[in-house]
Amino acid sequence: MASASVRAAQAQPQPKDPSADRRLSTLVRHLLPSSPRRTSAEAADTSATLESFPTMASQQGSSVFATLAQAPEDPILGVTVAYNKDPSPVKVNLGVGAYRTEEGKPLVLNVVRRAEQMLINNPSRVKEYLPITGLAEFNKLSAKLIFGADSPAIQENRVATVQCLSGTGSLRVGGEFLARHYHERTIYIPQPTWGNHPKVFTLSGLTVRSYRYYDPATRGLDFKGLLEDLSSAPLASIVLLHACAHNPTGVDPTIDQWEQIRQLMRSKSLLPFFDSAYQGFASGSLDKDAQSVRMFVADGGELLMAQSYAKNMGLYGERVGALSIVCGSADVAVKVESQLKLVIRPMYSNPPLHGASIVATILKDSEMFNEWTLELKAMADRIISMRQQLFDALKSRGTPGDWSHIIKQIGMFTFTGLNSEQVAFMRQEYHIYMTSDGRISMAGLSMRTVPHLADAIHAAVTQLK
Amino acid sequence: MASWFGHVEPAPKDPILGVTEAFLADPSPDKVNVGVGAYRDDNGQPVVLECVREAERRIAGSMNMEYLPMGGSVKMIDESLKLAYGEDSDFIKDKRIAAVQALSGTGACRLFADFQKRFLPDTQIYIPTPTWANHHNIWRDAHVPQRTFTYYHPESRGLDFSGLMDDIKNAPDGSFFLLHACAHNPTGVDPSEEQWREISHQFKVKKHFPFFDMAYQGFASGDPERDAKAIHIFLEDGHQVGCAQSYAKNLGLYGQRAGCLSVLCDDEMQAVAVKSQLQQLARPMYSNPPLHGALIVSTILSDPELKTLWLKEVKGMADRIIGMRKALKENLEELGSPLSWEHITNQIGMFCYSGMTPEQVDRLTKEFHIYMTRNGRISMAGVTTGNVAYLANAIHEVTKSN
Repeated sequence: MASASVRAAQAQPQPKDPSADRRLSTLVRHLLPSSPRRTSAEAADTSATLESFPTMASQQGSSVFATLAQAPEDPILGVTVAYNKDPSPVKVNLGVGAYRTEEGKPLVLNVVRRAEQMLINNPSRVKEYLPITGLAEFNKLSAKLIFGADSPAIQENRVATVQCLSGTGSLRVGGEFLARHYHERTIYIPQPTWGNHPKVFTLSGLTVRSYRYYDPATRGLDFKGLLEDLSSAPLASIVLLHACAHNPTGVDPTIDQWEQIRQLMRSKSLLPFFDSAYQGFASGSLDKDAQSVRMFVADGGELLMAQSYAKNMGLYGERVGALSIVCGSADVAVKVESQLKLVIRPMYSNPPLHGASIVATILKDSEMFNEWTLELKAMADRIISMRQQLFDALKSRGTPGDWSHIIKQIGMFTFTGLNSEQVAFMRQEYHIYMTSDGRISMAGLSMRTVPHLADAIHAAVTQLK
Repeated sequence: MASWFGHVEPAPKDPILGVTEAFLADPSPDKVNVGVGAYRDDNGQPVVLECVREAERRIAGSMNMEYLPMGGSVKMIDESLKLAYGEDSDFIKDKRIAAVQALSGTGACRLFADFQKRFLPDTQIYIPTPTWANHHNIWRDAHVPQRTFTYYHPESRGLDFSGLMDDIKNAPDGSFFLLHACAHNPTGVDPSEEQWREISHQFKVKKHFPFFDMAYQGFASGDPERDAKAIHIFLEDGHQVGCAQSYAKNLGLYGQRAGCLSVLCDDEMQAVAVKSQLQQLARPMYSNPPLHGALIVSTILSDPELKTLWLKEVKGMADRIIGMRKALKENLEELGSPLSWEHITNQIGMFCYSGMTPEQVDRLTKEFHIYMTRNGRISMAGVTTGNVAYLANAIHEVTKSN
């Protein structure tokens, strides 16, 4: 059996930095009776014989990874795990960040099914490796989608676009590129942000700092704090911006506020890195949801853009996305693209074919594109309607507090403002599942379950402070 | 217009993928592509396996596209482990294998390299000379120091077995080694079963960690069980291996990026811990792996009829390549080449290390519009009954004065 020290190491909470891992595992290794690692000096006069080495795989403690601790459960996925275990017939899952229909079912868009069928029925279609940069047609269409077909950056060939694995993959490839080729190694991310952002950028080799974003008092934007923090960032720092439908708060700057942010950033040469995971999904309009991005492109400056088709095309598991880098000139864009390949090749060689093929099929066919915009608007409208219904339900119950943020916030998520005790209470008494920061996924609501949620919030707010 | 990225250098072209780019740009009707390692049928056409087409028909319209778990498709992982470790493997029964779905072989190697860096930061990786060029890039980007070990013997165009064994013995105890499970890329030179046993024995003495890259299971000999023999020898000897599996070639799933990374652990608890940590490395890279390829793999391997069809088709591919090796060698002999071409049929898998120099390869390209990587590696999958004579003639022309 593993020694007490090894068990202790395994029981420790996962340290947040790799150097702690290293110190821990080094310490534990010294305490183990035998170690597979030796210095070369020791190896030179080792008298290890066949008999002294465990020959059966079942021998305990022979793995080089024996000291490794189990990673903590992912906080977001953990919510669904708990929900699945709950036998209550009235349970509601507001943790998941995937769209659900009114019946609570996942949705594959009709236009996606059609595109899939077309691909299957095309026998001449080949499934070879894509180029490192992905499907060329997909890349062009994606850039047009986010920047606008008439975008000067595209007309001037200043955009380098590479297909990546959804938003995560695009962020990671962009982060790695910046760590290698950009002279500033610090990225500022909003407080709060999607839980995976800090890890993506840290592993890319960047230093992560945050700027104020959410104001708990108003449940809206801390605009003053945001401007102050970006003003005091060192020149040329990288700044992560959620293009629309901020995750997890649902709080977006207004167009005027975006303009002020743009001016400030350009005056300090701060490099924008946009994360666009909800284009079309937030307001129902693809162009409207891209306004913030296009504003920055219009001033002729450079930026990075991570695009995801997980939600707006419902392609979640197919991992479809694109990283675009808008550069100062066409020459630079060519060189940048060549260097992006060097990041991608040792990571996974080339991106997956299926999802990108579906997207390209849809985007290049005007009839299918239109059908997509209608289905997209329907999803966005259902979510907006859920917001309204929840707000109305709380109002009609006379629930104390200002709940207007529910209809002011936008996108899949609402930061309710509930504290972790209230969240736990709602799980316990009402079988409502959400992340402990009070974030609810509006996509998990339906007309049927809104009253139940409103009751739960009402109870939590009146019984616990 | 001013740019923050004006100083960025244009990156050198990828040596392997760059070959196909050049081939595509060539207007000559005689051109032959024996560069990239993707299978071609005897008409020089890419192939989608029948079992894959059928699997896709079954999948389309019936599945949703929700996120897979971070570790990927459980069903696909289960089938992959059976394929690599054996249907009745005790390690599978005892749940001792930590495994995650990965982005084909590249992604599996990269996850392992990142894992090695995070949890065994003082280790390095020994990589055979030569190897698939991207292996060096993978471990470099993971910041794991690399060393090389002797492998290929240029004079015999075979294995430098004594050099290999010396390097194994001289490496510090507990070193990490990258081994090609079968059909070594780029040489096609594999150790014999006897030699694998000796290597495994020496690994035990030295307590080395064997990491297998298995990109050609089934594709090398035509028999998946036979192609996994090296791994089984090591498992029988008590090694706790790591393994990168790819479905790019053997299932023809190239662009779907379907693969699996597995690590054999002491026990179930450790396997759970290791898997959780592998997931933590995948999460900030791509969150969760792509669905489509995983569905195809699990649909085929879990259905007896489809699996039988697959076994037939993969054998067909392997047999065609073995046939082309024979044809190329015979053609060269008939042309009266002064050199020995035994290695063409001694070597196995998709690639043949011809022994030609970069200059000779350049001549093949310029004069004969034949495209291959400059290390003289020929992708036998690109050889057909239609072009083998032309290819043999060209090779003869550039090498006859050797």
